[in-house]
Amino acid sequence: MSKTDVTRRGVLKTGAVAGAGVALPTIFTASSAAAYTNEPTGGTVTLGFNVPQTGPYAEEGLDELRAQELAVEHLNGMGDGGCLNTFSSKALKGNGILGKKVQFVTGDTQTKSDAARASAKSMIEKDGAIMINGGSSSGVAIAVQGLCQDAGVIFMAGLTHSNDTTGKDKKANGFRHFFNGYMSGAALAPVLKNAYGSDRRAYHLTADYTWGWTQQESIAAATEAVGWETVNNVLTPLAATDFSSYIAPVLNSGADVLVLNHYGGNMVNSLTNAIQFGLRDKMVNGKQFEIVVPLYSELMAAGAGSNVQGVIGSMNWNWQLQDEGSKAFVKSFGEKYGRPPSNSAQTCYAQTLLYADACERAGTFNPCGVAEALEGFEFDGLGNGPTLYRADDHQCFKDVLVMKGKDNPTNEYDTLEIVEVTPRAQVEYAPDHPMFAGGDLGKCNPGA
Amino acid sequence: MLGLNKKDVTLLTFVAVLALFAPFILNPFPEGSAMAQFNAGYPDLMQRFAIFGIFAIGFNLLFGLTGYLSFGHAAFLGIGSYAVVWMYKLLDYNVLWGLPLAVVISGIFALGIGYVSLRRSGIYFSILTLAFAQMMFAISYSDLLGRFVGTTITNGETGLQVYTSDPQILLGANEPNTPHLFGLVMNNSFFLEVGAWQFTFNVGYYFSAIVMLVMFYLSVRIFRSPFGLMLRAIKSNNTRMSYTGLNPRPYTLAVFVISGMYAGLAGGLMAAMDPLAGAERMQWTASGEVVLMTILGGTGTLIGPVLGAGFIKYFENIFSKINDNVLHQWFSFMPDGLEDAMVFIVHPFIGKGWHLTLGILFMLVVIFLPGGLVEGGQRLAAWIRSKRGGAEENTKSSTEPAE
Amino acid sequence: MDAFLLQILNGLDKGSAYALIALGLTLIFGTLGVVNFAHGALFMIGAFCAVTLSKLLNLSFIVEDPTQKDFLGNPLKVKTPYIESWFGPEVGSVIIDWSVPLAILFAIPIMVAIGFIMERGLIKHFYKRPHADQILVTFGLAIVLQEIVKYFYGANPIPTPAPEALSGVANIGAVIGLDIVYPVWRIVYFCFAALIIGSVFAFLQFTTFGMVVRAGMADRETVGLLGINIDRRFTIMFGIAAAVAGLAGVMYTPINSPNYHMGMDFLVLSFVVVVVGGMGSLPGAVLAGFLLGILESFASMNEVKNWLPGIDQIIIYIVAIIILLTRPRGLMGRKGVMED
Repeated sequence: MSKTDVTRRGVLKTGAVAGAGVALPTIFTASSAAAYTNEPTGGTVTLGFNVPQTGPYAEEGLDELRAQELAVEHLNGMGDGGCLNTFSSKALKGNGILGKKVQFVTGDTQTKSDAARASAKSMIEKDGAIMINGGSSSGVAIAVQGLCQDAGVIFMAGLTHSNDTTGKDKKANGFRHFFNGYMSGAALAPVLKNAYGSDRRAYHLTADYTWGWTQQESIAAATEAVGWETVNNVLTPLAATDFSSYIAPVLNSGADVLVLNHYGGNMVNSLTNAIQFGLRDKMVNGKQFEIVVPLYSELMAAGAGSNVQGVIGSMNWNWQLQDEGSKAFVKSFGEKYGRPPSNSAQTCYAQTLLYADACERAGTFNPCGVAEALEGFEFDGLGNGPTLYRADDHQCFKDVLVMKGKDNPTNEYDTLEIVEVTPRAQVEYAPDHPMFAGGDLGKCNPGA
Repeated sequence: MLGLNKKDVTLLTFVAVLALFAPFILNPFPEGSAMAQFNAGYPDLMQRFAIFGIFAIGFNLLFGLTGYLSFGHAAFLGIGSYAVVWMYKLLDYNVLWGLPLAVVISGIFALGIGYVSLRRSGIYFSILTLAFAQMMFAISYSDLLGRFVGTTITNGETGLQVYTSDPQILLGANEPNTPHLFGLVMNNSFFLEVGAWQFTFNVGYYFSAIVMLVMFYLSVRIFRSPFGLMLRAIKSNNTRMSYTGLNPRPYTLAVFVISGMYAGLAGGLMAAMDPLAGAERMQWTASGEVVLMTILGGTGTLIGPVLGAGFIKYFENIFSKINDNVLHQWFSFMPDGLEDAMVFIVHPFIGKGWHLTLGILFMLVVIFLPGGLVEGGQRLAAWIRSKRGGAEENTKSSTEPAE
Repeated sequence: MDAFLLQILNGLDKGSAYALIALGLTLIFGTLGVVNFAHGALFMIGAFCAVTLSKLLNLSFIVEDPTQKDFLGNPLKVKTPYIESWFGPEVGSVIIDWSVPLAILFAIPIMVAIGFIMERGLIKHFYKRPHADQILVTFGLAIVLQEIVKYFYGANPIPTPAPEALSGVANIGAVIGLDIVYPVWRIVYFCFAALIIGSVFAFLQFTTFGMVVRAGMADRETVGLLGINIDRRFTIMFGIAAAVAGLAGVMYTPINSPNYHMGMDFLVLSFVVVVVGGMGSLPGAVLAGFLLGILESFASMNEVKNWLPGIDQIIIYIVAIIILLTRPRGLMGRKGVMED
């Protein structure tokens, strides 16, 4: 039940320090003490970075952590300031947030809803974190978002691509900088039509969980709108490692495009298997067989190696973007860590700055004030051009990238190239779009 | 007292004191000091100690007494959670409706799974329970059941949660919209500040702790009962028992169901502390975790499983949060080069490396302390006794396992 | 019909990985009576032997090329593998291309050594301990091994392609007039597995060493009483089992990019395979491996999935339950083994 590492010496030492300023014991409840959860009272403010550090997405999480540390540095006025120089809002001065020095604590989500909530809770309850940032899967994002809503802190979601995060599971205390399945579909469909024609028969392999379902729905709808036919949609178990038995039937299905609604290890394996079966060398219906991976990430592309060559997909952001914000971020990140940042890293970096900026503009850390400052906020200079945080569902709207696996990568980071930057207007949708219906933002909760 | 002998009363009192004063015991370091990282006295972790304590106590009833190694106990944990969250969705946030239901439903599932699995023994039994649990995990993770009935049953990988659109037919106007027991909100905490220390007294923790104490008491009674004796007989020699004309099956089935109900209660409590039921709770890793907790603590001992549960949860929650920044703070008193060297040495074992530390500790404990942490405690006690120069009789402790 | 044959082929190919892992697991269990939860980790280490060799072969010297720029605008660092500079670009690139098959030679001594060290250093002390302790200590070891690999190689999968010549597809149905296209490397994997399984059986069946080991599996004490040093032979068997798992891992790398937790992914499944086959039975393990592989492939056919959605996720467990309930000791298990 109890496992405490008390060394006698440690107790004596700390006891002596504490004894110097003996105060009378005071008892209070959470609500009587502060105006909102974890109101920072000293000279510092603590942010909680909750990312997968073990399990299959550990690299993704590590990269997010790097970016968040960099953001804290920039907020505290160290380093070259990164995107603080390019950000259209000039509220941040490089002196922390509202004059308080920024500190951070980290936790391990293990990419499991339970573990993620446990580590988020520990950061909120034990370390006094005022916001939670990061994560690498939609299930975790939705679980932690619900927790932050109940606990009364702001949640910034990290990598989560399911429509549900800002759809049926949206919460007033949660914001998402990342794009979603619908936006992937909207950005990809025109490019796919141009590249492969409008008379295509698509076969979908879909990871059998919430994110997979929403992305498949989005991609199927968007491609059908440009004239494609969806031949089949096969759900594959998350635990599958060898997709050959799902790939084999594609050969004789009459389909000429394979859409892989997979992410992470699933995507690496299913793409590798598809290439093994020679799908991309096949001619079907008189057309070259093609593979589409709607959601790309740099790390997964690296994991799949040469198999990604020529495969089209979409991304939230990429280090090859040439706008000022992206360039500034890539430069500071690259100089500090010797590698270009991933798109989830950029998301977490931008979210940290945006949160800090919202606090400055609201003049408070109160989640309700911060949320109000973020709602409907229009800005530029953090990458992806002019960006909007929509008030209705707390989804971020910005340009989406359509990517393609590079034929001759020069190094391990140079696996994808930008095919098109799809303008924001093209990926926007109404807040009550059927794919996002059924949710309720609720009211912001300051906790106390 | 309470139908227990003197030794058991002492043990129960010891556990009760530990549980009731946990907020003090687990928070030995003042706020803001470098060691505060090791404080575990915050609500979520304390709740987990109590809840996984219940889970492990229940598992130990089966494994410790009969020797049947179930590799699918997490399934009952998940069922308990789903039952409680469904009650939130249908009735209201009072945990009173869900918890008994969690126990009953997991009991029913345990009866079915146990009835089938107990037809085999040894590793065949383990694999049967594993197969059932993995099936249930797959079904809940992809919400396969929901696909047949047309509505969501488990809400897939996201986990079952309460939406404002849910019926919640008993929900009163002024009722808190977070789990509570007749208005006593589980999330609420009281804080006591003494000097630099801050101690947290959380309603949910005390609720779980009291449930755990009751469950602990129950398990002591089961251990000491004729029923418990019968189970031990099954463990020591199943065949001989059959020869005496006793059919062991009803006994093992009974304890399997009881153990499943413990797990269901633990799962229900998890949802009572935090209104979400995730499918990962049912995965084989979760089943494996309770096996590890029990063996690590000391199989077949009363207090061992609780210690094992605390040990693993402590590592998972405390070590995973130590990052390089924290290390630099710890070693900041050293000269620069030495500081970096120390951080470099410790780095692989903390933060993202907490699995490594846990794996090494598993190995060390099982290599050097075959009886688990309880044996470690006994050896320590024996050593202290011998140090005191007491030629007192220390035969008793060595011949009898600490139960 | 084509689709059906294709799935049989696919099942055999999946099954060969299961069978290889289960074979090693059963060897260890049958000879030493140890439940080895670290066996999946041995498979993973085998795969990383291939990764390591390919990294070693790709060790490069770096020349800065001022005409090209990297992402920060600094001169691009161009890497040239030493191998290519030693043997010339043609031969060098062929060697690099064939790194996975070459890794077989590289992996055998490493895996046997790891097996010896594991058995002598750790497992030996657990022969007399309860199975629960064996599970805990080997599980701990599995975690430690995979975390060490993660520390050096990261958590991301590492692409390790098959040689160019073996990475295409072949129409193997052409012989019988059908159109069955299948990846060459997967056919190689199947043949390789068949070869290994055959050699292990031949070794146990036709050599004196194998005979003693089989006798030891049946009755360890009696063999010991005959004055035969069974311990040393069992150590060697552990090394062989480790090598079998390792080779299964080496050859698996082109099929799926290896990552540090691939062993854990296979662990549960391989135990199900071993138990379904019957504890302690080598033919049982191989049979169950192929059987479950084929069933898994059938369950993922669209015709089946349309009829029973999600069946592919649980088929293995359903089959395991049915088999264990109808055949108490699995397909070919012996009485009294691991039943208490």
